[in-house]
Amino acid sequence: MVETVDRRGHLVQAEDLIKIYKTRTGNRMAVNGISFHVKEGEFFSFLGPNGAGKTTTIGMMVALLSPTSGRIKIDNLDVTKYPHEVRQRIGIIFQDPSLDDRLTAWENLEFHGRLYGIPGPARKKRSEFLMEVMGLSDRRHDLVRTFSGGMKRRLEIVRGLVHAPRLLILDEPTLGLDPHSRRNVWEYIHTVRKEVGMTVFLTTHYLEEADGSDRVAIINQGKIVALDSPERLKKSLGPEVLILKVQDKAAFNQYLLDGYPSIMEAIREEEGGLLSFPMPQERAESPWEFLRSLPFPILEASIRRPNLDDVFIRYTGQGLADGGQGKNSGGDQ
Amino acid sequence: MTEKVMDQWSLVLPSTQPPLADRMTRDLGGIYTLWLRDVIRLWRDRIRLVGSFIQPLLFLFILGGGLSPRLGALGGARGGQALGYQDFLFPGIVGMSVLFTASFAGVAIVWDREVGFLKEVLVAPLSRTAVVIGKILGGATNSVVQGSLILALMPLFHLHPHFGQIAGAFLVMILIGLTQTSVGILLGVRMTSSQGFMVLMNFIILPLFFLSGALYPLDRLPSWLSLASRLDPMTYGVDLLRHALTGIHYFSIATDLLTLGGFLLVISLLSVHLFNKTD
Repeated sequence: MVETVDRRGHLVQAEDLIKIYKTRTGNRMAVNGISFHVKEGEFFSFLGPNGAGKTTTIGMMVALLSPTSGRIKIDNLDVTKYPHEVRQRIGIIFQDPSLDDRLTAWENLEFHGRLYGIPGPARKKRSEFLMEVMGLSDRRHDLVRTFSGGMKRRLEIVRGLVHAPRLLILDEPTLGLDPHSRRNVWEYIHTVRKEVGMTVFLTTHYLEEADGSDRVAIINQGKIVALDSPERLKKSLGPEVLILKVQDKAAFNQYLLDGYPSIMEAIREEEGGLLSFPMPQERAESPWEFLRSLPFPILEASIRRPNLDDVFIRYTGQGLADGGQGKNSGGDQ
Repeated sequence: MTEKVMDQWSLVLPSTQPPLADRMTRDLGGIYTLWLRDVIRLWRDRIRLVGSFIQPLLFLFILGGGLSPRLGALGGARGGQALGYQDFLFPGIVGMSVLFTASFAGVAIVWDREVGFLKEVLVAPLSRTAVVIGKILGGATNSVVQGSLILALMPLFHLHPHFGQIAGAFLVMILIGLTQTSVGILLGVRMTSSQGFMVLMNFIILPLFFLSGALYPLDRLPSWLSLASRLDPMTYGVDLLRHALTGIHYFSIATDLLTLGGFLLVISLLSVHLFNKTD
């Protein structure tokens, strides 16, 4: 008996997810009322700093953590009621490496295939094929401990696909990789997306990674503060961001806040004493005219298009690099 | 990419979702898989088997050899022939070898957590009970292999048991291995630091060994020591081993089996329970 796969509709449905951790110092709310839907075939991202609740949400998606309240369904199956059926449908790449480095690449794949109950021939065919696609074929009988960081990640992607999942979850997939390996890993992820239309759920704190997705949920302190396509999110800030250098920053700040409350949250201090803010939407004229009208001497000025970092600051009042609520990596579990 | 490669993408995203196998099939498959991994790793690290071979030899030949001339016959006569101390000691050291290896098999689960591999196992579609059973069986196998290396020295200690006795000794080694691996897993289930585990295990393992009667006969002990020995589950394992190999014993086979088996059951159920409740 085989169910047919419905390629339309929602693959992930999360409603009002809350997760509270009990700690020695009291309760900590890691996820605070999150709702989102991921469509079949969609590339969906969670963008947020460490400790925002990204990994906790994934934990609840794969039934490693039980929600304190709320509900989550994958392929219309309640995760709490059908954890194993849900896990069969998910391939996951964890934030930290999770390979057995004393085994060979091939043994790691065999182990995975067996755990997921994939029959021998299918296991071997898929492993061989995916190893070839990811450029690992010639290293298949080498111990994983001899692999570079990028190769390990690629092997983990192969492993996550060996049981033919419907949803690929990538939790900070390029954390700790050098720029070259990062690009390389992404090429392979895009290949998988292109070839099979795989649904991908990504968490990241790299803007450019989230920028490539169909929709982004901006998450901070356990809440989704904005959710839309990257284009629409950026457009919501207006067409331009101004970057200025002024003599008296405090006075200039105050002038902006008094005159243009719409950009209040989005003013940000950048490196080298520069201030950046979206072009106030109260003003209809061009940015250059706006600059000329300012009653302050401007030392330097430039204009660029808004990026996701501007969006993030707009909705959270702080930059991604600031680490949101603090750089407590231990809290991001 | 060749045409052949392109075609095979359908392998990765089949148009139908295969139904999940029933719980029993998945769990048995998972237990076998986890066990197989431990066996592969054991074989790969076989040099470590040789390393762990040294300590029992020190006990057998130096402690045993040094005390033997002074102690004379111990533990009664066997077939009209008195049993020397080394011959008496031998089954105890076989037990020790299994005990030590099995104890540290529990560190594997802590280690898997440290290096992140445990997550790969926990998100697989199998029950946590199966994970615990798989780890116990893997650790026990490891320790029985280690014990067998010592057992193979049997002819050096005037022991020439027949096949039935050797088979019996194997069964006892398996029982000791399972029990002590369960103890290790029970301690390891919640631990996040392998160093902490090692410290704790070292604290536990020596009393278990010294009280077990591996080194001395259990009759004519001071009453407090006798009581402590009876509380040590290893005592019953060593007694069974000595019974199988030399015929000397202090408890009946039924007492030994029921005590050790009961202890194994309680500890493994407790491990499963704790592991199921761990996030």
